[in-house]
Amino acid sequence: MDVVMLSRLQFAAATMFHFIFVPLTLGLSVLIAVMETMYVRSGNEVYKRMAKFWGHIFLINFALGVVTGITLEFQFGTNWSKYSIFVGDIFGSLLAIEATAAFFLESTFVAVWAFGWNRLSAKMHCVAAWLIAFAGNLSAIWILIANGFMQDPTGYEIVQTAAGPRAELVDFWAVIFNPFAWHEFVHTVTGSLALGAFFVVGVSAWHLLRKNEMDFFRRSFRIAVGFAFAASLVVAGQGHFHGNHVAEVQPAKLAAMEAHFETQANAPMYLLQIPGEKENKLEALPIPSMLSILAFNDPDAVVQGLNDFPEEDRPPVVLTFLSFRVMVGIGTLMILVGGLAWLKRNSIDDQKLLLRALPFMIPLPYIALQAGWIVAEVGRQPWIVYGLMRTSDAVSPVQPGQVGGSLAAMFLIYALLGAAGIFLMVRTSRKGPHKA
Amino acid sequence: MLESTHLYLAGIWFILWGVLWAVYFALDGFDFGVGMLLPFLGKTEQEKRIMLNAVGPFWDGNEVWLIAAGGVTFAAFPFAYAVMFSWLYTPLLLLLFALILRGVSFEFRSQIESPTWKKVWDTCQFVGSVLPSILLGVAFANIFQGLPFNADYVNPGGTLQLLNPYGLAGGVLFLVIFLTHGAVWLAVRTEGELRRRAVNVATKLWPLLLVLVLVFLAWSWVGTKLFSNYLQYPALFLLLLVPVGGLLLMRVFMGAGKWWQAWFASLAFIIGTTLFAVVGLFPAIMPASPNPQFSVTIHNASSSELTLSIMLGVALVFVPLVIAYQAWAYKTFAAAPVGEDDIKY
Repeated sequence: MDVVMLSRLQFAAATMFHFIFVPLTLGLSVLIAVMETMYVRSGNEVYKRMAKFWGHIFLINFALGVVTGITLEFQFGTNWSKYSIFVGDIFGSLLAIEATAAFFLESTFVAVWAFGWNRLSAKMHCVAAWLIAFAGNLSAIWILIANGFMQDPTGYEIVQTAAGPRAELVDFWAVIFNPFAWHEFVHTVTGSLALGAFFVVGVSAWHLLRKNEMDFFRRSFRIAVGFAFAASLVVAGQGHFHGNHVAEVQPAKLAAMEAHFETQANAPMYLLQIPGEKENKLEALPIPSMLSILAFNDPDAVVQGLNDFPEEDRPPVVLTFLSFRVMVGIGTLMILVGGLAWLKRNSIDDQKLLLRALPFMIPLPYIALQAGWIVAEVGRQPWIVYGLMRTSDAVSPVQPGQVGGSLAAMFLIYALLGAAGIFLMVRTSRKGPHKA
Repeated sequence: MLESTHLYLAGIWFILWGVLWAVYFALDGFDFGVGMLLPFLGKTEQEKRIMLNAVGPFWDGNEVWLIAAGGVTFAAFPFAYAVMFSWLYTPLLLLLFALILRGVSFEFRSQIESPTWKKVWDTCQFVGSVLPSILLGVAFANIFQGLPFNADYVNPGGTLQLLNPYGLAGGVLFLVIFLTHGAVWLAVRTEGELRRRAVNVATKLWPLLLVLVLVFLAWSWVGTKLFSNYLQYPALFLLLLVPVGGLLLMRVFMGAGKWWQAWFASLAFIIGTTLFAVVGLFPAIMPASPNPQFSVTIHNASSSELTLSIMLGVALVFVPLVIAYQAWAYKTFAAAPVGEDDIKY
């Protein structure tokens, strides 16, 4: 394998592994802050125990998120030095702002929160919880603005420098208010909130079925289930508009998401479709004009097909198509199950079937979020910066042996740590809270 | 060459770049030191836990200075970021893997009451502290003496060429600086027998540190161009007051049993030493040797004027804010020696 492919694999491994932990950090931090606020307002100790128990899981998860995040920031330099030179003026500053304006705050206050139960007043401790939730989501904004620049670059001009051409900043606000970035932000953050809420709902259901700490888990369930349902609705609804925007600015990605080859008005969507890289293997049961409606809210709209793009400008079709369906399928299931659980929230103790099913929902949002990022990143190929720089031109002048070695080491370390981390989180979740 | 405003901005960012790395060394340095001392000073499980919790509330916030330093290298000097991290590919990834193991070991260690489990994470803590100390020292010493860049900045010699005598001396120097810094921190934050051992280590390491600093300075004089700016502008030698004063005051305060002051002196020593070297590099971020025309400098590596000025605004607002709340966190959690309330890990 060449350096490009090895570096892509390494980046995918590092990013996807990091992103196992990020969404739970984002979602659960909000729920913990809500629980602690309820403690401060009611003085009821059960809410404090809740914040501590879910916080314990949060901290294990956070540790893995932090350490794997450092790799990400440095990988642009180690493996994608040509890319770094090309976009550093814009992309690098966004990462630097993320660190100084958000990540410092989050890291410092996670420690303050974890060590501060006896050192801070209840109010101040609650403020720390909200600062963590705020800072984590603020981080997400900066990271997604950076990613937004890769998806649909704005606010730049190409300038020749001694080190070659590069994209230089000309309009900071155009970079910040890039619509693509804000679609990604809402989509990612509500998806993460849904993930965190389904996590709490699932673990609570597991305990409720076993009649452990009924009051504790009933309350946890009720707080989380509303978020699970509402966030699932928002992520799907907003996802539609996100899709509209992709159709507008990244037509090749949209075509790959739908394995749509022939440019046409009134483009149909097939209920039965087996995609291929060059043409579909099977297209059956069309819904007339459906794709035009989904992409542009207009049955007569022309949807560009992949055949309009030279082969070297097309993203991988099958992977993008399947990932998109996995994401949408799970998203739909989340709305249905979340809605049902929310409707039954007052009689949840008696809903044995639901209680049995809900723990199995825990992994699904994880899969949906990973799949969504595969759509976003694989669907952007062959570009690393859409329309400006190809992934194959972005790689560092390093040796295949170096990347192969680091990739193998990374797989090994991440596999071991991932296994240990997930084991600890499952163990902590099953054990339940410390006795009151 | 850059135009005047752009050049001033790049110069300011060069100094800020140095400051961020300096603060990173000064902060993460002491928790590396504690991690390295863990197997030697922590004789019992209780002592090990006290040591870990002595840095528990701080290590993560300290490590963000590395992310900020890396991020600022990327933002202000993209070309330097690209060359630095791809040229130093293997040592950098080793550093990252070591930091990963160390970071999780804090959180994972106390989750299961089993001696084998704890042993595993103590080993990770130790390796994850030794390796970064040496790697950072080797990498920066090599930067100080100049890297053998060529026209296309491809590293032909791999990692082993970094392990030259001066590079290794840098590794040893960083190791001893961080060990001493960590021992002083333990003297601040522990009590009883453990504290006595920490005081003993700090006191014994100090003369070694002094010798290493002198050797390294002399070697830098002979083997690098770090002093050329100083010889051209002798007033710059006044900057030496910070590291030299820090190092001497550290010993004075140690002798007087004033460990907080000794720790601050050590902090000033580390920051002063790093900045001393950084000023010597100017205007190069990474000088090339033996072919100086390939040096990575503020002239060929800087971001645009607009980016540098926006980032300066960001830094002027947020860096003081970060320092303020981190100082508050230190004051809240480090005011007293580690007690029952402080044991979490």
